[in-house]
Amino acid sequence: MSAPSTPEGRRARPSIASPEGRRARPAIATAALLLPAYAWLLVAVFLPLGAMLFFSFLKTNPFGSKAPLVFTGAHYLAFVTRPYLVDVAITSLRLGFWTTGICAAIGLPTALAIARATRGRVRQTVFLLAILPFWTNGLVRIFSWTMLLRQGGILDDLVHLVLPGVGSVGLLYSFPAIVVGLVHAYLPYMILTCYLAVAGIDDALIDAARSLGARLPTVFATVILPLALPGLVSGSILIFVPVIGSFMEPRILGGRIGVTMGTVIEDQFTQAYNWPLGSALSFTMLGIVLAIFALFSSVLRGRLAP
Amino acid sequence: MIWLGRAILALVLLFLYAPIAVMVLMGFNASDLYALPFVPTLHWFSELAGNDRLIAASRNSVLVALVTAVVATALGTLAALALSRRSFRGKSLLRLLLLPPIAIPWLITGTAMLVFFYWTGIGRGLHAMILGHVALAIPYVVLVVGTGLASLRADLEEAAMSLGATPFGAFRSVTLPLLAPSLVAAALFAFAVSLDQFVVSYFLAAPGVTTLPVEIYTSIRKGFTPEINAVSTILLGASVALFLVFAGLTRIGGERERR
Repeated sequence: MSAPSTPEGRRARPSIASPEGRRARPAIATAALLLPAYAWLLVAVFLPLGAMLFFSFLKTNPFGSKAPLVFTGAHYLAFVTRPYLVDVAITSLRLGFWTTGICAAIGLPTALAIARATRGRVRQTVFLLAILPFWTNGLVRIFSWTMLLRQGGILDDLVHLVLPGVGSVGLLYSFPAIVVGLVHAYLPYMILTCYLAVAGIDDALIDAARSLGARLPTVFATVILPLALPGLVSGSILIFVPVIGSFMEPRILGGRIGVTMGTVIEDQFTQAYNWPLGSALSFTMLGIVLAIFALFSSVLRGRLAP
Repeated sequence: MIWLGRAILALVLLFLYAPIAVMVLMGFNASDLYALPFVPTLHWFSELAGNDRLIAASRNSVLVALVTAVVATALGTLAALALSRRSFRGKSLLRLLLLPPIAIPWLITGTAMLVFFYWTGIGRGLHAMILGHVALAIPYVVLVVGTGLASLRADLEEAAMSLGATPFGAFRSVTLPLLAPSLVAAALFAFAVSLDQFVVSYFLAAPGVTTLPVEIYTSIRKGFTPEINAVSTILLGASVALFLVFAGLTRIGGERERR
């Protein structure tokens, strides 16, 4: 570092280069840099979300009729007036908790194994292999499970090769099938966030705990788990939110039993053409997810407070 | 403990890759019912060459992904320059606004786009998909380019200016060449986000104008043939190739650079 690194030194030099004008323009230049990206986001994300909020209070689709708009909050009461939606929401939440829980139970040990049982090029390769799947098409990966899980599918063939005469283990079109597919889809997120959290744990910390007489489970519970917690939390958020909104996975792997919030919302937009109800259900779902996070974050903050 | 760790890794990698391997193998298997034994054939790939719908959908996918990569990289890079090099009020709010496109379930973003685009007359089709994909890709570009900028020393540009370069000249001849790997990585990321995007495309597809993932979904729901495996294999290959180039450019998973 040969350049002067005091704040004054840094700030002073550009004004030597161009004495006047650079002070007045930065605000305009900054705005010009930011405007294209944020204008795009405004048109493609924020205005659409606003339009959907507006739609959720409409009584019916406004298209193709000259009748004046009628506003109602009734779509937000859908859970009261259509009790089956409560069951659907519970199915979605169960999917979310099972998938997130299993991903955590597999992802943390995997991250620890990468950080502790490999080194050098092997570690690099294993790490890349573990996160590569989330670059590949999610739909294609869900599709591959149908071939494995269906009755008389590959898994059945393999089981019968080892244990002939056993009944079919075909899982396709069941709740566990959806969970298996979703875990496969989202596990790389958990491995990544947990790895980032545990990769920095100092060996000396674990050695110290062991030399003070702690057994491995104790080391895990008192040293590793607290340090891995941020990774587990961010991984869980990254997984729980999209799982609650998933519709393609339950449709393909769940068949007729795969009715979730996601598929009900999709139906409102593609089959029933009840866009106001679909919009209200979307925002209700978003509200449920945010409420769960608010609950968990206050619990976590209470736990983590010194 | 080391062996336990390696056993866990082997099992997890088996779980992650076995289904994908089966999917690829079935694309080369003669049986149209995905039945064993394995009889190798290229029949499904040659069948694919005559499937106009899948070819048109693939062409659309690549077109949308290319435009998304170029536009998102340009817009995202400009925003990243402001967000990581300039100080102004409201910066943390602007950073926060990058989260919804990533964090809100695509189902909600996608249906919201459908409502708004239909309502305003923007309509559905490839242009609508490009509007949506670019918005989804911008936050990732800002992240990748921002990380690249953070590893460059700001005083290099200032040194060039103190030697008489204009601000733009200093940016073009000093920062831009050093930033090039990050820009390429960001463009690849945006390309991959678009190529693999299904949910948003699904809601914005117009009748007869679809992308490959949407076409695959429709085929799966109608009852499928190994042709879908063949085209999925090609799509997988493209994603893996993109990932390897991206990993090489950003050195993710590698040892941290020493300073």
